[in-house]
Amino acid sequence: MNAKTADKIATGVIIFFAIVIVAILGGLLGFILVRGLSHISWDFLTSPSQNFKAGGGIGPQLFNSLFLLVLTMIITVPLGLGGGIYMAEYAKENKITGFIRLVVEVLSSFPSIVVGLFGLLLFVNTFKLGYSLLAGAIALAIFNLPLMVRITEQSFRAVPREQKEAGLALGLSKWKIITSILLPVALPSLITGTILAAGRVFGEAAALLFTSGMTTPPLDFTDWNPLNPRSPINPLRSAETLAVHIWKVNSEGRIPDAKDVSAGASAVLVIMVLIFNLIARWFGRFVYRKITASKQVN
Amino acid sequence: MENNKAAANNKRRGFARHQREDMIGKIYTYLCVLMLIVVIVSIVYFVASKGLATFITDGVSPFEFLFGTHWSPDGTNPSFGALPFIAGSFVVSMLAALIAGPLSICAALFMTEIVPGKGKRILQPVIELLSGIPSVVYGFIGLTVLVPFISTVSGGNTLGYGVAAGALVLSVMILPTITSIAADALASLPRGMREASYALGATRWQTIYRVILPTLAPSLWTGIILGIARAFGEALAVQMVIGNAPFLPKSLLTSASTLTSVITLNMTNTSTGSVQNNVLWSMALMLLFMTFVFIIIVRLLQRRNKL
Repeated sequence: MNAKTADKIATGVIIFFAIVIVAILGGLLGFILVRGLSHISWDFLTSPSQNFKAGGGIGPQLFNSLFLLVLTMIITVPLGLGGGIYMAEYAKENKITGFIRLVVEVLSSFPSIVVGLFGLLLFVNTFKLGYSLLAGAIALAIFNLPLMVRITEQSFRAVPREQKEAGLALGLSKWKIITSILLPVALPSLITGTILAAGRVFGEAAALLFTSGMTTPPLDFTDWNPLNPRSPINPLRSAETLAVHIWKVNSEGRIPDAKDVSAGASAVLVIMVLIFNLIARWFGRFVYRKITASKQVN
Repeated sequence: MENNKAAANNKRRGFARHQREDMIGKIYTYLCVLMLIVVIVSIVYFVASKGLATFITDGVSPFEFLFGTHWSPDGTNPSFGALPFIAGSFVVSMLAALIAGPLSICAALFMTEIVPGKGKRILQPVIELLSGIPSVVYGFIGLTVLVPFISTVSGGNTLGYGVAAGALVLSVMILPTITSIAADALASLPRGMREASYALGATRWQTIYRVILPTLAPSLWTGIILGIARAFGEALAVQMVIGNAPFLPKSLLTSASTLTSVITLNMTNTSTGSVQNNVLWSMALMLLFMTFVFIIIVRLLQRRNKL
């Protein structure tokens, strides 16, 4: 075959595959939104789910997902920041650093279900937390930690050398340089990364099946005392999240409108992930402009 | 004299504050890293101690677990052959990589070689969105669209659940992983290599096929291995479409199981400490072990990658 013809065919094939990928995404989003949006209403978003009848909503599940996300981030962010700062600023190029890098890499490749099982064994059973928001949040934090470490490390490494050298020349301590010079500059990309990581946590289900559980006790949304068992913010109650709910109604198949409920819930999940993506981009830019007084975004 | 003393005092105090700050920073970051190490060690330790109990306490033969094809954990004469699940996991993740690999590499080539600049602006957000869609949503779409579709295509002889459905769903899920690694690798290639090839009169395809792909082969394989690793550990999406029959997959359209799907379905139905429960932990240990294997392969590939 002529080299020119081969080139044309290959180019055509590559372009075709690229179009296929765009079409897959378009099809997926189109299907979820068309199928799901028609089922979404205020009532669907706020009313409790049904176990056997049709017409249940996703109110408690939606609340659980958001609350669990907050709990998870409270645990992940300080730990991930510390780990990432260590990797970017303190770690020397030696065997120990190599080992820690390996640990982060391994931890980020663990299947989420294994992290969930570990949570079941240690927090749910051994520490006797039972199926609870707290156990779920710890499992998700473990699952999310390596990502947070990597985001922090990259954000800190991206800060120009001169900034740090200027701080050193002023005789500041290393920690002072990190907190008052490097952190503000790294903040926009840190925030963007953290919100994207939050989006990933929001849709996670496998790690939660055995930690935060597959049921939600009846909630009383007027009771905000975290010690009461019916309070929505009690961290020791079991909580079924939106993603877990989708899985449960499909695999148990006890409610007659399982397909509609999961279509609606899927649409809510995907819309939330889209919102997380948009906020991440917008907020990063916003903070960058606020604290650096620069008009241009690179 | 007085002044000097005060200055020295100040200096000493300043020095102390300086050190104190550094101390706080060091303790904080070192504790965080220590935490990471404690977490990983305890995951491996706890899962391993549970997973090995099947063989040590319950006396199930490891040989039977790894190579036995008969899975019937209940009854008077239980047998714990997990080969159908191990094989199922391997088959679906390899098939998924077989579908997603070429697609992803083409997508990466499209972004960097065919339409540089504009191609990236179109495909990059698409890839990010694909990786952002939660796995249960993939499972749900597989269940409501793909499974009935496969059933219709097969002439209504099957229900559509099976290895094919699982592999297709997984292939879309691992597409972003492979594409972003391949695109990064392509972007890191020195410009001179392409230019030298074009200067010799090579067409674009000849350049891609003879120069770019061979040079980047280790990186591309890294992407594919990480994709397989992700597919291997994925639980819910696969469980929803694969059919969950405990048999060796004989064809693409017969119902099968994977390690993750069996764990998902049975973990809460078995009582803690029973052999039926412990054997699930052995499967989790198998998943951990495979994670390490994949990482070792990736590390070996990276070592070859010193251009």
